[in-house]
Amino acid sequence: MKYAAKRVLMLAVTMLIVSLFAFVAFDLISGDAASAMLGMEATEEALEALREELGLNRPLLVRYVDWLSGFVTGDLGVSYNYNLPVWELVAPKILVTLCLSLMSFLLIVAVSIPLGLASVRSTGALAGVQTAFNQLCMAVPPFFTGIILSWVFGIALKWFTPGDFPSLTQNFGGAMRHMFFAAVAIAIPRIAMTVRMLRSTIVSEMEKSYVRTAISRGNDRSAVLRRHVLKNALVPVVTFLAQTMAEIVAGSIVVEQVFGIAGLGRLLVASIANRDYPVVQTLVVLLALWVVLSGTIADLINLRLDPRLKLGGDV
Amino acid sequence: MKKRLLAFLLAGLMIAALTGCGSDGTEQSGDGGKSKRAQANEIAVGIAQDLDDSLDHHKAVAAGTKEVMFNVFEGLMKPTPTGELIPAVADHYTFSEDKLTYTFTLRKGVKFHNGDTVTAEDVKYSIQRVAAPAETGVVPVEALSIIAGIDTPDEETVVITLSEPSNEFLSYMTVAIEPADYTQQDTAPVGTGPFRFVSRAAQESVVLERFDEYWGTPAHLNRVTYKIIENAEGLLMGLQSGALDIVSHLSTTQVAQLGSGFTIEEGAMNLVQALYLNNAEKPFDDVRVRQALCYAIDRQEILDIAFDGYGSIINSSMYPAFGKYFVEEMNDHYTVDIAKAKALLAEAGYPDGFSMTITVPSNYKPHIDTAEVIVEQLKDIDVTAEIKLVEWESWKTDTYAGRQFQSTVVGFDAATMTARALLERWTSDYGKNMINYNDPAYDALFEQAQTCYDDAEQTALYKEMQKNLTVNAANVYIQDLADLVAVRSDLTGLQFYPIYVLDLSTVRYTA
Repeated sequence: MKYAAKRVLMLAVTMLIVSLFAFVAFDLISGDAASAMLGMEATEEALEALREELGLNRPLLVRYVDWLSGFVTGDLGVSYNYNLPVWELVAPKILVTLCLSLMSFLLIVAVSIPLGLASVRSTGALAGVQTAFNQLCMAVPPFFTGIILSWVFGIALKWFTPGDFPSLTQNFGGAMRHMFFAAVAIAIPRIAMTVRMLRSTIVSEMEKSYVRTAISRGNDRSAVLRRHVLKNALVPVVTFLAQTMAEIVAGSIVVEQVFGIAGLGRLLVASIANRDYPVVQTLVVLLALWVVLSGTIADLINLRLDPRLKLGGDV
Repeated sequence: MKKRLLAFLLAGLMIAALTGCGSDGTEQSGDGGKSKRAQANEIAVGIAQDLDDSLDHHKAVAAGTKEVMFNVFEGLMKPTPTGELIPAVADHYTFSEDKLTYTFTLRKGVKFHNGDTVTAEDVKYSIQRVAAPAETGVVPVEALSIIAGIDTPDEETVVITLSEPSNEFLSYMTVAIEPADYTQQDTAPVGTGPFRFVSRAAQESVVLERFDEYWGTPAHLNRVTYKIIENAEGLLMGLQSGALDIVSHLSTTQVAQLGSGFTIEEGAMNLVQALYLNNAEKPFDDVRVRQALCYAIDRQEILDIAFDGYGSIINSSMYPAFGKYFVEEMNDHYTVDIAKAKALLAEAGYPDGFSMTITVPSNYKPHIDTAEVIVEQLKDIDVTAEIKLVEWESWKTDTYAGRQFQSTVVGFDAATMTARALLERWTSDYGKNMINYNDPAYDALFEQAQTCYDDAEQTALYKEMQKNLTVNAANVYIQDLADLVAVRSDLTGLQFYPIYVLDLSTVRYTA
């Protein structure tokens, strides 16, 4: 229980620091919400008046505390550009990005673990071909895969309609189908990485003496692989997959653009460009939460997989 | 066992995602057959930037927002594709001999999209709102500060008195007429145009529908959905997959990839694209250096290399769509002459050339492409240019408002159909005279033009101003970019305007 409390505290502190960093960084770059809203021909007086009205003239720390107290009490503020409550703007996008990320994550897990296990068995030329293919998958950037997938499955085969992403609430099936291809584009390089990682950890685990002992005792080789080796080999992989969770979201920012999916990524890019900081702050905190949470989940899973980790005591 | 169950579950989920829920897509039904949208008399238009500022036409600043909302809002007057002004919300107007009093009689029964009839009060409110803004966020129209008073003797008459006459006053009467007592304009705009606003989903889409009570020729289409696709590849695939019917501002490369099924309409972007030079910054404070650049940069080559030959060459702060104001003969003022350029540089004290930085906003591909060709061309006169890409918001703050730059490639547009909109910006006391152009002769010409009430004379003065810019090589003027619009073959009626708008009221399906 103490462990959980520590974790939650760390989560809160991390998010606090991240949000402060985002705030400060935003203050340092040139351009502000007022100039973004009033356009190029705005006079200095008009800009000043708007800054005054939006409270942009106040010291950084005052604005931060103001934003923070709002955030904590559930008031995320109003988007400068859209003039809509931030939550109203962000909520539908969270759903989209969450679906997309989960889908790619499931793909990664479902495909890479069996593939990783299978790859251990191959040797010689076959292994060489595998490694080469693996390298290729890792090297091709997701946006490029995305374009190829759109061409093949969207334009040639017409399995989905690129450029026509249906609303998640109105046409769930259609939206999921559209997102599936985006998820594949995000997943491919991560699958390749996971497979490679799994293969190398399994191979090094197989060389350990307990495996030899188990096999020499007459146990079935593949049973040993699945029951003992995999369990041990999974610890670093789970940690890696947790990082993947975080990186999927980063990857989705690019892939969303290619597939015309209206998720968090596009909103984030647009609101940074417009200096719409109530939106940016909310998104930054959400993304930080996502990253920290996936790390925490990985730790918890690893604890179950390998109780020895608990003995270390350090969080 | 548990694990196997999980595996099945995952597999099931994948399959469900892959097959979706039956055939709910928007597939085109083969050739010959009409698409779903054609049957419903709807179109989908792909746009590269979201309408992410205020939708209130008095507050909107983004060109992309105004381009769309042109279909929703109208003023007392509205521009035509040929650049003339016709009465819209006004039925007709008269003006006094001294051009100080304009009397507008409103068209009978013009309705707002919320069903209310436009009254003289609404007109007064709208014009006053932009002439002397009291609200923050409303973009002031500087040229309307000459309004001394607005009277509304009755429901249908608006009398505007001016403190000084102006030939261009009517051009500014295109200010959108908005209802006086409506507060949702930011997010649910109400105007009088041929289309009414239905909805906006951030970063997703904007929907307009035909306004059935429109006073003029009604729009042909029932419904227009603008889809926001910021990625160039995405826009292209949207057209090919049948998700989009019209996409404008395409590049020649994109058009080449498009394939059949579309007509490509060629208009102009209505921009003054130039290598803008900071005239206060060394070495561009010397006119000879600026002229040397003009002689060294081959504009036809820029068009050929970066734009497949599309675009029209310009030589001053004016583009061809402005008709009578455009001075075509000045286009031959600088012909490529490397020897002459080198001589000018030597004369100015730079016999071995110099190094310079070209600041370019990173989100405008055509400007980056142009800058890249320029860098190569300048090598011929031993000038080493380096491109510095900056984010658009930084460009606006540092380069444009802050004037912290040496040279930059961008395009300026005209907010209204007036020569003033393009030429006033280089007068020495103009607040946003980015290039620090400072020529008393130019200022004097502008002053004269403002107090000249004879159209022909005024036009002549504006032409003189353009020549002044060319001769003094204020900037290296390049081109007005071509605007290539892909339109699905079964659509027709698209019209181009001399300003940056996309009018959809005349677009219709053939047969």
